[in-house]
Amino acid sequence: MEPILADKVQEYINQFAGKDVYIHVETTNGAYASHFNEGFFSAGCFIRNAKVNYEHGKIAGTGPYRIGLKLDLGWIYVEGLTHFELDDQGRLLLSGHGHDGKLAAALEISHTPFN
Amino acid sequence: MNKIEKERHVLVIYPHPDDEALGVSGTLAIYAKNNVPITYACLTLGEMGRNLGNPPFATRETLPKVRKKELEKAAEVIGIQDLRMMGLRDKTVEFEDDEKMVKLVTDLIEELNPSLIITFYPGYSVHPDHEATGRAVVRAVRRIPVEKRPKLYCTAFSKDCERNLGEPDIVNDIREVQDIKIAALKAHISQTAWMLKGLEESIAQNNPISERLTTERLWSYQWDRDEVD
Repeated sequence: MEPILADKVQEYINQFAGKDVYIHVETTNGAYASHFNEGFFSAGCFIRNAKVNYEHGKIAGTGPYRIGLKLDLGWIYVEGLTHFELDDQGRLLLSGHGHDGKLAAALEISHTPFN
Repeated sequence: MNKIEKERHVLVIYPHPDDEALGVSGTLAIYAKNNVPITYACLTLGEMGRNLGNPPFATRETLPKVRKKELEKAAEVIGIQDLRMMGLRDKTVEFEDDEKMVKLVTDLIEELNPSLIITFYPGYSVHPDHEATGRAVVRAVRRIPVEKRPKLYCTAFSKDCERNLGEPDIVNDIREVQDIKIAALKAHISQTAWMLKGLEESIAQNNPISERLTTERLWSYQWDRDEVD
């Protein structure tokens, strides 16, 4: 994975638009966040292999980045993205790494279901 | 410190690659040296781990492949000959059907007839996957008549574990296999690099932080205060 190049990522987002795609979207503080810091309110989510079809999508920001994908009935939104890769299966993988280097957010788009 | 007893068969059930290295790799290495058969059922491949490096050395999609290799390496250095990857997904163990989880454990017990099972102490293991794993094991073992039950030793590390459970009754001296424990931790390098850096400095300075490399502490499951429903 490399640091996000917004223009490149925008091209890839455009390539997946208007088709049935599978997404993985995730945010996380880690399962031990409240164990190490008792006042910490830990919130997170992940969706793996939702099948969606977005009309168009955009990458915004100057780093960390935000991505919004417009569905016909709704939205997908992720913020905190820093790295990207088009993998050997042609899947767009994006992740966001915080100051501690650990993953805080992810957005992945694929023509075929993830494992 | 107690002397590690000879066992007929040890069954370890943990959810994540590296749970075994951190908690019991020294203990298991001693069993292996004494030719005790060990089966390690690792429920997931730690797919949702946050340590991907920065810059990342892996993606969300390649991480399980990395962790699978690390797990195989750790099992090899410890001396675990029967490693089973049970195919569940990291962070979802508590959402699987409870009966399916009990059956997973019961099937292993029936096949292997272990004299000892090692898992997480439910209620005292912080991570939801750890808790769900411990609960499934307790439920499965509870269905076995008392006189036929294998021993059940549990690792725990919540902040309140000693306050509620008392001191662990199983304290294993693992100094003779310290190098194996370090090797097992190193095998999971994608997840342990941060810890190993500090640990090796501590050993060099003879710091007490290297306690983890001298003893491993477990609790016999306290059936008289079984809080699993």
